[in-house]
Amino acid sequence: MIEGLSRNAARNIFLGGSIIFFIIFVGLTAHSHYYIVTESTDHEGLTESVKLGKHVWERESCINCHSLLGEGAYFAPELGNVWLRYGGAEDPEAARQGIKSWISLQPLGVPGRRQMPSYKHLTEEELDALVDFFRWTSEIDTQDWPPTISG
Amino acid sequence: MKYQTQKVAYPFFIAALLLFAGQVLFGLLAGAVYVWPEFMAEAMPFHIMRMSHTNLLVVWLLIGFFGATYYLLPEEAETELHSPMIAYIQLGIFVFAGAAALVGYQFGIHEGREFLEQPLWVKILLTISFLMFLYNGSRTLLAGRRTAISMILMAGLWLAAIFWLFSFYNPSNLSLDKMYWWYVIHLWVEGVWGLIMASLLAYLLVKMSGVDREIIEKWLYVIVGLVLFAGLLGTGHHYYWIGTPGYWQPLGNIFGALEVLPLFSMVVFTFYMFWQGSRNHPNKAAILWTLGCAVMAFFGAGVWGLMHNMSWVNYYSHGTQVTAAHGHLAFYGAYVMLNLAVISYAMPQLRGKLPYNQIRNMWSFWMMTGGMAFMTFTLTFAGVVQTHLQRVMGENYMTTQDQIWVFYAMRFGAGIIVVIGALVFLWATLGKPREQTPKGAAHVAAGSADG
Repeated sequence: MIEGLSRNAARNIFLGGSIIFFIIFVGLTAHSHYYIVTESTDHEGLTESVKLGKHVWERESCINCHSLLGEGAYFAPELGNVWLRYGGAEDPEAARQGIKSWISLQPLGVPGRRQMPSYKHLTEEELDALVDFFRWTSEIDTQDWPPTISG
Repeated sequence: MKYQTQKVAYPFFIAALLLFAGQVLFGLLAGAVYVWPEFMAEAMPFHIMRMSHTNLLVVWLLIGFFGATYYLLPEEAETELHSPMIAYIQLGIFVFAGAAALVGYQFGIHEGREFLEQPLWVKILLTISFLMFLYNGSRTLLAGRRTAISMILMAGLWLAAIFWLFSFYNPSNLSLDKMYWWYVIHLWVEGVWGLIMASLLAYLLVKMSGVDREIIEKWLYVIVGLVLFAGLLGTGHHYYWIGTPGYWQPLGNIFGALEVLPLFSMVVFTFYMFWQGSRNHPNKAAILWTLGCAVMAFFGAGVWGLMHNMSWVNYYSHGTQVTAAHGHLAFYGAYVMLNLAVISYAMPQLRGKLPYNQIRNMWSFWMMTGGMAFMTFTLTFAGVVQTHLQRVMGENYMTTQDQIWVFYAMRFGAGIIVVIGALVFLWATLGKPREQTPKGAAHVAAGSADG
């Protein structure tokens, strides 16, 4: 195959093909952008509190232990559906209190168990924002992922 | 070494190797936490170790790429480097920014998107340094002969810098954030870094195999074509479960599968060229790393990627230790080994020696490569068991983790071997040269000190 191909022909195929695939890729991500904003996420529901929650999530670098929609460090549980795991769909208030108190209790100090650092410096507002962010995230249409509630 | 300014690469390689040592040491610490969960929990929590580990990796790989580019550009362009001074300043900024980020992490100063944890001012410094590099390289390229190798290498680096700009964009909508985050992460490692990899391998083959440049460069175009044809839409395999449309599943399946092709073609390429070539190059260690790079990249990035990038598999395996297994071997095979190949090749010439410490260097090859392979196997087993328990049986995360402890213990053992191997590599390349040229190659060595 390669013997019949000249270097210049190979270069032109590379350049032309790459440009075509790049244009397709950009087009599809543009459509995906539109789809995310209009269909799969509650874009209107991005309240100041959800935004603050995402900021706290990033400031504390939760992603370097936990995963969120399967992306992260895999060292600690998936949190994309933590809201549902705490029963947020049935009893939002109990789920909120449950998640907040779990975070506030850290570090648990249970011997032989992975230790989550202390987050006692988070304010009440930040804790609520974090929960709002988890709730918002759990409502993303993820094509039915994860397969089980354990995340 | 034909051109004086190729010397610029020397401090780049030293900096890269020292940061490499730091990277594997942080990796070892993080691996220890999996075995002894309370290890350093107060002094250095796991998330700090992990961001130090991954950030050092990316920083040293980039410094290695910069050094490799400065080393080969004068030869390819047949002219001296545009400005050694810019190169040194640029290196200083890059190392300072990387080190500042690393020190900051130990005090909890970081941003929070995975791999992009650097504070904004560090990101800006890295960008400035990268642009200085691109300016310096491009001026050199334009001033002299333009070869396919140097053009594709510089194109890969330019595109890497362009996609890096997406790291400054952080939408508050998490799904959008994730989609554009992959513009940096995937389009780097499975896209434009592939251009860097293929062109550096091509350079090493031109130098060491003795096959005509015409033939090697034709292969190079075919391979980088395959890289981008498959890799661009292959991004689809990261767009299955983050709120993006369902059509990414068939796209990710098809193009994700095709991503094996460029990696396999690099194996054929490197072996075929050495088989065809008549040159008996004395730097056997560099040849070993070159061949090893293509092989391990094929397994780590290609086979281990294919194993879980089909949507119906990924539905269960996504975000388990299977991903960790793939990530480790892919980065090691494709980019760590690539840098070590270039460094093994260039160091003797930068230090004005015949190839030295070859046996020691090859020992480090087998220790690191064996260790990484074993690490990958243990993490794969861990991931398969985890996938079954957690994603099929629905057991909770922590219960599952307790049951795969034994694999983490074995992984830690493999990690120790890798760290020792890395230190042996530093010893072999930076340490006192001792003559260790293989017997059959001794007579050739004398005649090809410049090649």
